[in-house]
Amino acid sequence: MLTVRDVRVAYTLGGLELTAVDGVSFDVAAGETFALLGESGCGKSATALAIMRLLPANGRILGGSVCLGEEELLALPECAMRRVRGGRMAMIFQEPSTSLNPVLTIGVQIGEVLAQHGEFPKAEARRRMIELLALVGISDGARRLDEFPYQLSGGMKQRVMIAMALAGTPEVLIADEPTTALDVTVQAQILDLMTKLQAERGMGILLITHDLGVVARMAHRIGVMYAGELVEIAPRREFFEAPAHPYAQALFSALPDAMRRDEELCTIPGQVPGLGEMPPGCRFADRCPHVMPVCREQSPDWRTVENGHVVRCHWQGGSAGEPCGKKGGDNQAAVSGEPILAVSDLKVHFPIRRGILQSTVGHVKAVDGISFELPAGRTLALVGESGCGKTTAGKAILQLLPVTAGSVRLAGTELTSLSPRQLRAQRRLAQMIFQDPFASLNPRLRVSEIVAEGMRALGGKMSTVERQVAVVELLQQVGLDAAGSGRYPHEFSGGQRQRIAIARALAVRPGLIICDEPTSALDVSVQAQILNLLKSLQNDFGVAYLFITHNFGVVEYLAHEVAVMYLGRLVECGSVDDVLRRAKHPYTQALLSAVLVPRLEGQGEVIRLQGEIPSPANPPAGCHFHQRCAQAMPVCRQRYPEVTATESGHTVACHLYA
Amino acid sequence: MNFQIVLLWSDALLWLLLVSVLGFAGLVLRSEPLRAAWGKIGASRKGMAAATLLVVFVLIALLDSLHYRPRLPDMAEGRPVYGVEVYSLLDVVLTQARTRLEKTYSAPFATRLYAKENIEQADGRRVRDYPRLKHGGTHLGDAEDGVAADAFVTALKGWALALALWILLAAALTAALAWRRGMTVRDSWRPPWRCRDGLAWDAVLWTLALILLLAVPLALLSADYHVFGTDKVGQSVLYQVLKSVRTALVIGLVPTLVTLPLALLFGLLAGYFGGWLDDVIQYLYTVLSSIPGVLLIAAAVLMIQVVIDTHPDWFASAVERADLRLLALCFILGLTSWTGLCRLLRGEAMKLRELDYVQAARAFGVGHTGILTRHVLPNVMHIVIISVVMGFSSLVLSEAVLSYVGVGVDPNMTSFGTMINNARLELGREPVVWWSLLAAMASMFILVLAANLFADVVRDAFDPRTV
Amino acid sequence: MSAWFFRRCLYAIPILIGVNLLTFVLFFVVNTPDDMARMQLGVKRVTPEAIQKWKAERGYDLPYFWNGDAQGHQVISKTIFFQKSVRMFVGDFGRGEDGRDILREISNRMGPSLAIALPTFILGLLVTIVCALTLAFFRATSLDFWGVVLCVGMMSISALFYIIGGQYLVSKTLRLVPISGYSETLDAWRFLVLPVVIGVISGLGASTRWYRTIFLEEVGKDYVRTARAKGLPETVVFYRHVLRNAMIPILTGVVVVIPSLFMGSLLTESFFGIPGLGSYTIDAIHAQDFAVVRSMVFIGSVLYIVGLILTDLSYTLVDPRIRL
Repeated sequence: MLTVRDVRVAYTLGGLELTAVDGVSFDVAAGETFALLGESGCGKSATALAIMRLLPANGRILGGSVCLGEEELLALPECAMRRVRGGRMAMIFQEPSTSLNPVLTIGVQIGEVLAQHGEFPKAEARRRMIELLALVGISDGARRLDEFPYQLSGGMKQRVMIAMALAGTPEVLIADEPTTALDVTVQAQILDLMTKLQAERGMGILLITHDLGVVARMAHRIGVMYAGELVEIAPRREFFEAPAHPYAQALFSALPDAMRRDEELCTIPGQVPGLGEMPPGCRFADRCPHVMPVCREQSPDWRTVENGHVVRCHWQGGSAGEPCGKKGGDNQAAVSGEPILAVSDLKVHFPIRRGILQSTVGHVKAVDGISFELPAGRTLALVGESGCGKTTAGKAILQLLPVTAGSVRLAGTELTSLSPRQLRAQRRLAQMIFQDPFASLNPRLRVSEIVAEGMRALGGKMSTVERQVAVVELLQQVGLDAAGSGRYPHEFSGGQRQRIAIARALAVRPGLIICDEPTSALDVSVQAQILNLLKSLQNDFGVAYLFITHNFGVVEYLAHEVAVMYLGRLVECGSVDDVLRRAKHPYTQALLSAVLVPRLEGQGEVIRLQGEIPSPANPPAGCHFHQRCAQAMPVCRQRYPEVTATESGHTVACHLYA
Repeated sequence: MNFQIVLLWSDALLWLLLVSVLGFAGLVLRSEPLRAAWGKIGASRKGMAAATLLVVFVLIALLDSLHYRPRLPDMAEGRPVYGVEVYSLLDVVLTQARTRLEKTYSAPFATRLYAKENIEQADGRRVRDYPRLKHGGTHLGDAEDGVAADAFVTALKGWALALALWILLAAALTAALAWRRGMTVRDSWRPPWRCRDGLAWDAVLWTLALILLLAVPLALLSADYHVFGTDKVGQSVLYQVLKSVRTALVIGLVPTLVTLPLALLFGLLAGYFGGWLDDVIQYLYTVLSSIPGVLLIAAAVLMIQVVIDTHPDWFASAVERADLRLLALCFILGLTSWTGLCRLLRGEAMKLRELDYVQAARAFGVGHTGILTRHVLPNVMHIVIISVVMGFSSLVLSEAVLSYVGVGVDPNMTSFGTMINNARLELGREPVVWWSLLAAMASMFILVLAANLFADVVRDAFDPRTV
Repeated sequence: MSAWFFRRCLYAIPILIGVNLLTFVLFFVVNTPDDMARMQLGVKRVTPEAIQKWKAERGYDLPYFWNGDAQGHQVISKTIFFQKSVRMFVGDFGRGEDGRDILREISNRMGPSLAIALPTFILGLLVTIVCALTLAFFRATSLDFWGVVLCVGMMSISALFYIIGGQYLVSKTLRLVPISGYSETLDAWRFLVLPVVIGVISGLGASTRWYRTIFLEEVGKDYVRTARAKGLPETVVFYRHVLRNAMIPILTGVVVVIPSLFMGSLLTESFFGIPGLGSYTIDAIHAQDFAVVRSMVFIGSVLYIVGLILTDLSYTLVDPRIRL
C-alpha cells in the first residue's frame, strides 16, 4: 500500500548539504506492521518525516518516490499533500507531552482533524470524537474533550495522539518511537491498543523504533537501518531466528540479559559515522567483525538470503554468531561482613506550600520510608517506573537533597547527622553517575579538569603533575585515549562522555557508586560497552553499585540484588533470581510481564495494569497499589501491608503473604 | 614640561575598560570553547564589518580621552602656570576645526553666514546682507559660485588618496595573512582574505574602504570649508560630532561597570542559594524596577545636580565638573538597569543549580564558592555578554532622550543629545537650520546601527536557542 | 481566586513601602531641604531667613522621622517622612511649586495622556504582531532577511528623530495636521493622529524583531509538527497554534505596561504640546519641582505593581496550565 523507493534526504548544516537518508526502499502492505529498526542518527526518523513531507526547514528530499496506493506523494502539490496528511496517512510521535499543543483543549485538537478531513456538523463531530476516545481506551471522553493536555498523564496523551491520528481514518499510520517515552506498563497498553486498532481497520503501520523488544512484539517485517541506508529486510521469524547482517547480529548480542551474566557483552567498536564522513563502500565496514577488503571498496548490493529476506552484505557466512564475550567472571565471592551502605526508613518529603503565608498544606512523599543494605562490592538494582522516587532516593543517600527522616549509614558512618565539614570527609566514599551524559559534564571545562575535580576537592595534597598522571591513568582505565584529556566534552560522543563521568567518579576511589540510569540515553551497542566497563571496574576495584534503572535486561545482567519501588516505598526486595524469577508482589509480577523480550517466543501472558501511577502527593489509602491490583482484598484498602521476609532474605510488602 | 596631564575619572574608566576587554580577549584566546564562539563572530561578515566601524569609533573616543592643560606663557616667577582649559589629543588633531569659529550659524559648504547683518562696505555705506564667513571658503576669494567645482576637485583628490591608502592597507594585510598561513609567493597574489575560513577579513577591508572614502575627502574638505556647517556660536558641527563620540561611548560602556557586578552577584546568589536570600534580592529588584526608569534617573540626576551646584569648590575646571556629572549619570544608569540582567541570571542559576554536573561537584564536596566560580559563572557568561552588547545601543539612544528631558549630560558637554537638543530649538526658523540636527542624528544612527548589528551577531553566536 | 488576589495585593505593600523609603532617601537625605531651598531661590537671594521661610511654606521645616517637640501621635505625624511620604498612600500629594494641588492636576491630565497612549499601545501591538507573524511566516526567505535588517535599522534611530522628522515632514512641509496642541472636543483627533502614528513607528523595529524571535521559537516546537501532520494549512498552524502559544511570553512584556499608560509619554507629550501627565512630569523636572517628581515616582510604581498583578491574571487567560 505504501511503496517507498530510493528515497534520499539531505540536511543543510553550516552551509554543507549532508545526506541523512541514502536510497531507502521498502513497502508496507495493508494490515501489516513494518518496523524500521536502527540506532540513533541512522536516519529512520528522517525517512518517516520525508514520507509525510514534514522535514524541517533545513531538510530536503533529494529524490526517490513515495507512493500511497497509486498516488505519487512526492509529486503532489502542497495543498493536495495536506489532504493526505492526517487523512490517508497519519503520524504519531515519540514525545506525547510536547507533541500536543499545551494551550488548546483535546476537543479542539481532535476536532481540527475532523474539520480538515471530513464534513461533520458540530454535534456530530463531538459525538465522533467521544467515539474516537472510547476507541483508544479513554472512557470518559465527554469530559476529557474539554480538558487540556497538562491534565492528562503521559500514556493518556499518547492515546489522544492516536485518537487524533485515527480521526482521519488513515490507511497508513506512521509511529515514530511511540512508546519510548513511556513506562513499561503503559508501553504494553499502547502497543496492545495499536495491535487491536490495526486488526480492526486493516491499517498499515510503519513503526520506527530502536527497541528489539518492541519489534518482536509488533512487527510483521523488519527493515534494519544503518547510517542512512537499509541493510536488511526480513520477515519477523527469519529476522529473529537468523539475522543476516553483521550489524543486526551485533545488536542482538549486545543486549544484556541473565544468560550473559558471566560473560562480557558483545560490543560494536567505534560509532556510527557522522553525516559528513560516510566511508565509501559498506558503511559498516569499520565496525564489522567480518570485514573483508571488498567491503571498503564497494557498497554491497541486495542479496536474497531466502524468500522475503534480503540483506546488503558481502559476507556470506552464516549467522553463527561465535561467542564474542570472554568470561567476565562474576564476583560471587566478594560478599563480606559489613555492608557499605545501610539505609533504614529513609524519607524525603517535599512540602507543598499554599495560601497567604505559604503555609505547608501537604507533602509530596517522593521517598517514604525505604530500608535496604548493600554489601561492599555488590550491585543492588533499584527498579521502578518514572515518578516512583528512585532518583530522589539516590540523591538523598548522597545527601544532595535534604533528608526528612531516617538513617543512611555509609561504611558505618551515619551521614544524616553530620555537619557539612564532617560530611565532606565522607564524600570520598560514595559517588554518582548520571543519566544524561550531555548534562553531567560542564561544557566549559577540559576533560582533565573534569576528571580531576574530585581529586582537587577531596584528594588532599597532590601536585599538579601527580594529578595529571592520575587523570591519564583513570582515562585509560575507562577506555579513553589519554590524548583526550585536553579536549572539551562537546567533542565526545554520548558513550565517551559517560566514560568520562565514570572516570570522574572513580577518581576518588569510592566504595559505592550510585548509577542513575547511566545507559538509558545510550544506544544498545554503546550501552553494552558501558555495562562491560562497569562490570570490570567492580571486579577490579570492588566497587559497590546502587543501580537505578527501569531496564530489566540491565538488571538481569548486572545486579546481584533487586529492590522494586512503587510510590516512594519498596514493595519487594531480594536476590536477582528471587525477584525476577519468583516475583511475589503483584506489582513486580505485572512489571515483569510487561517487559518486552527481544525474542520470537518467550513473551508470556502480560498482566494488564489499570490506570497509571497515582500522584505521590496524594497516595491512595491502604496499600498504594490496591487500585491497580487485580488481587486486591478489602484489607488492602485499609492499611499498608507489613513487610514479610522469607528464609532467603526475599522480602515483600503485600497482604497476600502476610 | 609644556603641559600638565589631566586624568579625568571617565578617562580612567574608559582605559580600564579597554584593558579589561584586552584581558578578556587574552582569556578567550586561551580557552577553546570561548574561542569557538568568538570565532563565529569573526567569521560573520556582518559582525566583522560592524566591529570595524566600532573600532574606529573607539579609537576616536580613546584619542579624546587623553587630556592635558597647556602651560600658559610664563609669569614672572619660575612656577609654571597651566591654563584653565582642558584639551584632549583629539582637540590637538582637530585644532583647525576647533579654532576656526564663525559668528553664528552657517550652512555646510557655505561661504556666507546664515543671518543677515549690517555690513560696512569700503565706501562707508552700510548694507544689510549675509556677511562672508571668516574661514569657510575664503580661499575662493570672490569666486563664490565655484564652491561646487572646487569641493568636487578636492573630493576627487580625497578619493584618490583614500584609494591609495586602502590599497596599501589591503596589500599589507594580504602579505601578513599570506605569511601567517605559510603561502608561497606565487599563491599570494590571490587575496587570502577571500578565504571563507577563519576571520572575515574581506568585510573588514570593504568597511575600511567605505570609511576611508568618506573620511579622507571630509578631512581634506574641512581644511577649506565647514563641511557640516556651524552652530549657533559658530563652531564647526563636524568637530562637535567627533567630540560627541566619546560621550556616547562613555554612556554606553561605563554603566556596565556598575551593572555587571551587581547583577552577577545578586542574580547568582539569589538563583543558586534560593530561600530567604532569594526573597530579599527579589524584593530589592522589584522595588527598583517598579519605579519608572526615566523618573528614577531624573530624580537621581536632579539630586546629584544639587550636590554639584552647592559644592562648586570641588572642581578645578568646568570640564571636571561636567565629567563628574557624566560619571554620576553613568552610575545612575547602571544602578537602574541591573535588574533585568539580574532576573535573567537568577533564572539561569536556578536551572544550573539542578544540573547534573553541579550535583556531581556537590557530591565531591566542592564548596559553594567553587561551584559558583567553576560551574555556574562560566556557563552564564554568554548571557552577560549578550546583554552587555545589547545594552550598549539602548544606553546610547537613551542619552539623547535624557538630555532632552534635561537630566542628561552637562549642557556644556558635547554629546549627541545636547547637539540635538540645541538644534531642535532652531527648527522653527525659516529657512530651517537642519545641518546640526541631521549630522548628530546620522552619526548617532551609524554608531547605534553598528552596535546593533554587532549585538545581533553576538547573540547568534552565543545564544543556544538561536538556530 | 479572590484569596490569590488578596495575597498579591498584600505582597504589593512591602514593595510600595520600599519605593517610598527609597524616594524619601533620595529626595530628603541625599539632599537636605536647605539644599533644595538654595536651588529654588537662586544664588542671589539666599539668606538664612529666606531659606527658613521657603521651608516653612512647604512644610520642610519639620524633623525627618521623629518630632520630639510634639505631643502624642504628632511625634510621628508631624515629620517630613509622615507628611511627605506616608500620606502619599492615601492619595495626598500636596502642592507643587506653582501652588496647585498635585492630585487635581493629575486627574485633569490623565485624559489627554490616555488619549495618546492607549491608541498608540493598541495599534502598536496589532501592527507589531502582524509584522512579526509575517516575518516568521516567510522565515528564511529574503523577505525575512530584509525585514530583520529594516527592523535593526529602525531600532537604531533615536525616538527624537522620529518625532522631529515626523513633525517636520507631515506638519510643517505637507501641512496635513497641526504641529502641536490639544483640544478637549472630538476635534482632538487632528492633534492625535501624528503622535500616535509616530509612537507606533518608533517602537516597531525593536518589538517586531523581538516577537519574531518568540514566534520562531514556537514554530520549532513539536506540537507544530503535529499540527502539520494533521494536514492543517500553514495559516491555521500559525493563527491557531503558534500565535496562542507565543502570546504567553509576549503578554509578560506587554500587560505590565498597560497601567503605566496613564503616565503618558514624556517625549511625545512635550513635543506635541499635549497637556498630559508626561508633559507635566517633564515640566516638573525642568522646574526642579521635587514635590511633583516625587508624586509621579510613587504613582508610577503603584501602576507598575498593578501591571504585575494584571500580568499574572492574564496568564490564566491564555495559559490553561496556570491556575490561581
